[in-house]
Amino acid sequence: MSADAATHDDHTPSIWDWRRWVLSTNHKDIGTMYLLFAIFAGIIGGGLSGLMRWELAEPGLQVFNNGFWGNEHNYNVATTMHGLIMIFFMVMPAMIGGFGNWFVPLMIGAPDMAFPRMNNISFWLLPFAFILAVMSMFVPGAGADQGFGGGWVLYPPLSTMGHNGPAMDLLILSLHIAGVSSILGAINFITTIFNMRAPGMTIHKMPLFVWSVLVTVFLLLLSLPVLAGALTMLLTDRNFGTAFFAPEGGGDPVMYQHLFWFFGHPEVYILILPGFGIISHIVSTFSRKPIFGYLGMAYAMVAIGFIGFIVWAHHMYTVGMPVDLKAYFVAATMVIAVPTGIKIFSWIATMWGGSIEFRTPMMWAIGFIFLFTVGGVTGVVLANAGVDQALHDTYYVVAHFHYVLSLGAVFAIFAGWYYWFEKIFGVKYNSLFARLQFLFFFVGANVIFFPQHFLGLQGMPRRYVDYADGHAFWNMVSSWGYVIMLIGMAFFFLVLIDAIVRRRKADANPWGEGATTLEWTLSSPPPFHQFSELPKIK
Amino acid sequence: MPDLYGEAMRFLTALALTWMTAATGAFATPGQPTDGNLGFQPAVTPIANRIHEFHDLLLWIIIPITLFVMGLLLWVIIRYNRKANPTPSKNSHNTLLEVVWTAVPILILVVIAIPSFPLLYFQDEIPEADFTIKATGYQWYWSYEYPDQEVPEFFSNMVAEEDLQEGQLRNLSVDYPLVVPAGATVRLQVTAADVIHNWAMPAFGTKMDAIPGRINETWFQVEEEGIYYGQCSELCGIRHAFMPIEVHAVSQDAFDAWVEAGPGTDEANAVIAEYSAARETRLAQLD
Ligand code: HEM
Ligand SMILES: [Cu+2]
Ligand SMILES: [Cu+2]
Repeated sequence: MSADAATHDDHTPSIWDWRRWVLSTNHKDIGTMYLLFAIFAGIIGGGLSGLMRWELAEPGLQVFNNGFWGNEHNYNVATTMHGLIMIFFMVMPAMIGGFGNWFVPLMIGAPDMAFPRMNNISFWLLPFAFILAVMSMFVPGAGADQGFGGGWVLYPPLSTMGHNGPAMDLLILSLHIAGVSSILGAINFITTIFNMRAPGMTIHKMPLFVWSVLVTVFLLLLSLPVLAGALTMLLTDRNFGTAFFAPEGGGDPVMYQHLFWFFGHPEVYILILPGFGIISHIVSTFSRKPIFGYLGMAYAMVAIGFIGFIVWAHHMYTVGMPVDLKAYFVAATMVIAVPTGIKIFSWIATMWGGSIEFRTPMMWAIGFIFLFTVGGVTGVVLANAGVDQALHDTYYVVAHFHYVLSLGAVFAIFAGWYYWFEKIFGVKYNSLFARLQFLFFFVGANVIFFPQHFLGLQGMPRRYVDYADGHAFWNMVSSWGYVIMLIGMAFFFLVLIDAIVRRRKADANPWGEGATTLEWTLSSPPPFHQFSELPKIK
Repeated sequence: MPDLYGEAMRFLTALALTWMTAATGAFATPGQPTDGNLGFQPAVTPIANRIHEFHDLLLWIIIPITLFVMGLLLWVIIRYNRKANPTPSKNSHNTLLEVVWTAVPILILVVIAIPSFPLLYFQDEIPEADFTIKATGYQWYWSYEYPDQEVPEFFSNMVAEEDLQEGQLRNLSVDYPLVVPAGATVRLQVTAADVIHNWAMPAFGTKMDAIPGRINETWFQVEEEGIYYGQCSELCGIRHAFMPIEVHAVSQDAFDAWVEAGPGTDEANAVIAEYSAARETRLAQLD
């Protein structure tokens, strides 16, 4: 029996065997599928943002002018789907599904995830959720106009009586399925991390990436059911005559907003926390120093996760809340700046006294730290309800959340991608192209999003297909920034093509003595089943 | 493809212009966005003034913090790269440092909170108002009602691009604007008839959700006569970008004449147009 299992373990199925992927129970294969899925979704989500920047390049209607791309409603659909796709189908699958699946078991010395078959379902639900979301763009949404154009927050009554077509129902279904996928994944990660650490790896010796995923999946587990509840109420309000959110039936649209943001605020930390973990490893590896203040770093993430649940109404300062309640949310929100500051300073302290090598992942990580700081300080501005009254729902907010998401989370993903690329695929990449990608991304992202602070201060509202002529200049600059970023994207694909064509065999550990976590003790790529003998942690 | 050279020249001109504007605050017409500007539209209400003061303070905090972090990053890059520092230190703790970078941010937050809360309460507590206006958001226009003056509901629609008159602004001007006396304290009640909208006026620092089934209240007091533009600031459907808000702050006499003429009619508009023209000539003579 055991001899049988051993011979079975040795053989790696061919990558051309469909069963290896469709029936996969291997955390590394599933992780790879998540990463490829995220790239695919990212292309679509990024394409939609291209349409929007094209539209906004000049005053007037360029793209959504009743021609091929549809009308102003379709701009709103593009905005909505861009937001949803980037969040649910790009960043989350890449960070948690992709890197989480790959490296949580490897870093804790486990042979696989706790529930390998559930892992398979978690992944395979996603493409179906995505198909439903894409389908929703092509069925009637509001009247004859196709798709749902009510923003990623799906506020009623616009998402109920404002969109009478089936597009919104498909979207609800899509998000339900994506939610189930994430909840199953969360259960899997929690069980794996609590039960499958190698002997000697106490919770306080766990690598910070594992910590970050642990906090993230707890946030998922606690917040997604609330979203599911709100979505279900939307569904019944739309189809079965209930009036949870309909004032004419005694319901309250603001209650939806409370439910949504009780999920939505933790969600933004779900998007960024795994990035914190990734950045910690990269900074430590290339400084050749252990991470500064390990315990502080771990518990800063726990604190951020906890506070993340008690600040939700800072997205709702203008709904007419009692002023004392607003004051509470101001105070609670500003508190988050403290653990966030601890993280930034600890990264810099890790580099301090180090012997820093500027390899590709390190460049992305340093870019991340700077850009996340910019997004962080504008967050402190917005936390103050008094100022938010001027900036809420303007491009200032768009700039703020893209600094933490589009530049923060995405830079962390690319940092992780180039840190672990050779480990995952077993081949080297062209670091010149990868650095050029970084350069164009860094410049491009800043040119896109920095001027949007000015637009917001000048009063340009978000989700606008066309704007007053006084906003023309910075919009044009912002759209040129997109072109710069597009060039960076071209280098991303060049890196991929180059790696596929040249197939230079990767080393087990390309980064040297600074790379101390368990995944670097294995070959690149690691064997199909690793740690048949559990590693011992001193 | 756009003409690259032209774009580049426009860019450089605008950049130069912007810096001048940023330095002097000149060129900004109150009540509307000014192309290429960096900051808020000029403030014309007590609330907007206090928001700007507070935001200035915040800039004095966040810009130095950002520069400080950038400086630290540059310093470690220069001082602790592999060439400059081949053997890394092994230190990974420093209790004093950790206490400092926890305590100092807390102090900074306290410094921010001290003016933040008074501003919040100042915005929220409505002073003794001279009269009330009720604004209702519809898909996709606003309506206004003056219960105290017994002005019944009248509608305010955006002027389509092809109908724009001399001096009107694309996407901002409306057919029947809201009119208030400069200096009067106005209580604004906001609600909506269908989906959520938002009554936002950057120059006033006002932004209030218009939610069906509930009435939200806020207030403003326009200090200077003039024309001010705002826009709907909560996504409300296909024409969300095309339901602007236009407010004329006029003399008490002109306001009374406007009420007399029956708001929402061409006669009332004529009163305001006449008043604006007179004001223009008065201002021109001052120059
Ligand atoms: C190439 C980079 C990107 C560009 C050029 C871009 C551009 C835009 C634009 C133009 C909007 C619409 C703003 C509006 O009309 O109010 C938008 C909204 C949004 N974006 Fe991005 N984006 C990018 C990347 C990302 C990423 C990576 C994420 C998330 C991880 C993201 C999340 C969002 C969200 C949540 C919204 C709000 C959607 C809504 O208003 O309902 N974006 N983006
Ligand atoms: Cu939030
Ligand atoms: Cu609107």
